[in-house]
Amino acid sequence: MSSTAHTFRPLSIFRKSFSQGIHPAENKHYTEHKPIERLPFPSELYVLLSQHAGKPAVPLVKPGQEVVRGEPIARADGFVSAPLHAPATGVVKRIDLVPTSKGPRKEAMVIQVYPGETQEVLYGQDRDIEAMSKQELIQAVQDSGLVGLGGAAFPTHVKLSPPEGHVIDTVLINGCECEPYLTTDQRLMIDQAADLVEGTKILMKILGAPRAIIGTEDNKIESAEAIRKVLPADGTITVQVVRTKYPQGAEKMLAKALVNREIPSGQYPSSVGLAVFNVATTVELGQLLPKGQGVIERVVTITGPGVDKPGNYIVPIGTPLRFIMKKLGYEGSAKHLITGGPMMGDTVSSLDVPITKGCGGFLVLTPQQFEENTLSERFPCISCGSCVDACPMHLNPAQLGKLAAKRMYLEMDKYHLFDCFECGCCSYVCPAGIPLVQYFRVSKKMNREMKAAAP
Amino acid sequence: MSQAAAASIELRTSPHLRSPKTVDVIMRNVVYALLPICAFAVWNFGLSALALIVVCTGVAVLTEHVYCVLVKKPTTVGDWSVVITGILVALILPPALPLWMAAVTSFISVALGKIFFGGLGYNVFNPALVGRAFSQVAFTLPMTTWTPAQLPGRFVEFIPTSLTIPFLEPGSLQGWLSNVAPDGWTGATPLQLMKSEQIGTEASQLLFGTIAGSTGETAAVLILVCGLYLAVRKMMNWRITFSILVTAALFSWLFHLINPSQYPDPIFMLGAGSLMLGAVFMATDMVSSPETRLGVWVYGIFIGIMVVVIRLFGGLPEGVMYAILLGNAASPLISRVTQPKTYGAVRKSRKQAKEGA
Repeated sequence: MSSTAHTFRPLSIFRKSFSQGIHPAENKHYTEHKPIERLPFPSELYVLLSQHAGKPAVPLVKPGQEVVRGEPIARADGFVSAPLHAPATGVVKRIDLVPTSKGPRKEAMVIQVYPGETQEVLYGQDRDIEAMSKQELIQAVQDSGLVGLGGAAFPTHVKLSPPEGHVIDTVLINGCECEPYLTTDQRLMIDQAADLVEGTKILMKILGAPRAIIGTEDNKIESAEAIRKVLPADGTITVQVVRTKYPQGAEKMLAKALVNREIPSGQYPSSVGLAVFNVATTVELGQLLPKGQGVIERVVTITGPGVDKPGNYIVPIGTPLRFIMKKLGYEGSAKHLITGGPMMGDTVSSLDVPITKGCGGFLVLTPQQFEENTLSERFPCISCGSCVDACPMHLNPAQLGKLAAKRMYLEMDKYHLFDCFECGCCSYVCPAGIPLVQYFRVSKKMNREMKAAAP
Repeated sequence: MSQAAAASIELRTSPHLRSPKTVDVIMRNVVYALLPICAFAVWNFGLSALALIVVCTGVAVLTEHVYCVLVKKPTTVGDWSVVITGILVALILPPALPLWMAAVTSFISVALGKIFFGGLGYNVFNPALVGRAFSQVAFTLPMTTWTPAQLPGRFVEFIPTSLTIPFLEPGSLQGWLSNVAPDGWTGATPLQLMKSEQIGTEASQLLFGTIAGSTGETAAVLILVCGLYLAVRKMMNWRITFSILVTAALFSWLFHLINPSQYPDPIFMLGAGSLMLGAVFMATDMVSSPETRLGVWVYGIFIGIMVVVIRLFGGLPEGVMYAILLGNAASPLISRVTQPKTYGAVRKSRKQAKEGA
């Protein structure tokens, strides 16, 4: 059963952290000890053309054409975009609209997988990383279709080209995975520690950074130990264990905890000499770049009390969620599924949504848990200040909430509305059950619209 | 089929987890924390205290419930906050107060102090203190009539004035007191003794509460322990209590050093009167205290100073009620000027940064 209490670790108080934040029950026990496994191919894959931030990819193949596992099937459209690769050998049937987890149907390439195909990657070209220039490496990263696998899905090569004048002195590798339940990064750090270190080295080379810090939380000591065994001897890469606290995995919180730097409001980490990459992204980079391959699969944690066989699975991009859930013995509807973690993840609109590069996990809660957490009684704000004490950005959610309720959206700028990154701490702690984060999402939208409408 | 499926899509927004500490859970725990204090009050003052607590709580709950029925909205009694108000009203009234006056106080607390402002979450002042301030003026004499604690017959008979017929003035207690009161009973609380005659009270009595005073304010240590329970469960802002107590202690110690014969020592300041009850259960009322972290300290220090100033230099022996009400009035302003410093806020030193670069 899912636990409701936060695990108490007395040593935690001596570890680095950021100020404020919350301690939701971790519930990592469902999957944290399960090594990564492969799932078989489904009969059809739905590869969305837009599964990254930026412009959708442009198809390179036509319906009826055969593709080989690992072959590029769509090219990047401009700099802020990423190409796609065939996740399995088969034939492109059509380009069709398929549901996405957020609801709207988007264009995807439908690939019929040849039955009995092996999962061996048939496409790719070995590269000598040492001999490559910075520009060649950045191009290679773009060609691999790599995007931020932590969820934001921002094309990685863009982050590798910081603005003019920004000098990166430290690469931060984010292995905090602070969302309850999820264990993708935790397992990757154990099962693919060598790839992680390899990826980190490549990132340092491209950015010209003299050091890198891999940060993880103290509920993942085993992961930290696994990485320490394969660290290079020169000491340029270190592992630091920080306090388990949500949202430690937000890059702003990580920068604060690891190197005590605050990323100024509205600016990139590079403005304070930092570049932050997620563990899954770095592992993939270390694994793919030397082989010249593209992103065709990813590790997905399927977890929660509502699923019979929780675990960490390698899933080809484009696999329909329905196929995975059926394999794991889940008979229910999409209603109780969340893509991502419980704090920032979205509910899934349909079981027909395909896996994209950005989805690191699916959480299946029991119907009862959903009722408990969403239908809680609403009270008026009692000004208890819990949200003020929880907000990792040190905003005043109570005040923002009151302004939102009065529809004073422009007024909210004074209280730094746009510094809110929607981590959900305020909604989590609010004893009155006020959906503060949802208020702020709406407020940001309204605020932008009002500004656009004003002359 | 697809139409039906589309219609049944339910999208819920993150976070999908909620802390189990909801308003009603917090309020219910505050009630639990008040129960030992009620029990002590009954043991200390007997039947009259019991009746006072029952009447005040009953009237408070009834007032809110009837109001909700009248305006045809679901009753808000279930959030437990009105129960706290009812109990607190009883605890800050003198045990000999006629029950009808207690009922009026309780009614005023809820009606004027809470519902009038819009109910839970909207009240500017602590409702119980609003009621007490009203009665202080409306029923001046009964509100300052004190009876001894630990009377032998307290569990079998009421203090005679308790049962005064509604809307009549209570009779004199002189005759009854001369029979039951211990020798040397002056009819004064420790604070009054200190104020008028500079007579101290034994520290053990102040701390453990077997003395005259308001129904539930006397047992300083017990109140502190009950507050500790709430603080440990993170259902009370300990910073408010801490800052009030430390400020009051330090500030009064300063005067005590200057003139020990005129001004009491800090132990007396903390143990006597309603400072402990006020600092633990009244000033910490979430609604009427500031919500920012710095604001909470400012508020606590302000109240701590006001308590000492009123007690030592004001016309009244006790100043906790007015100090907290003033703090309540100031708290929106305090919140406003103590907004937290945002992470990554672009500092004024932007020029310096440019020069450096």
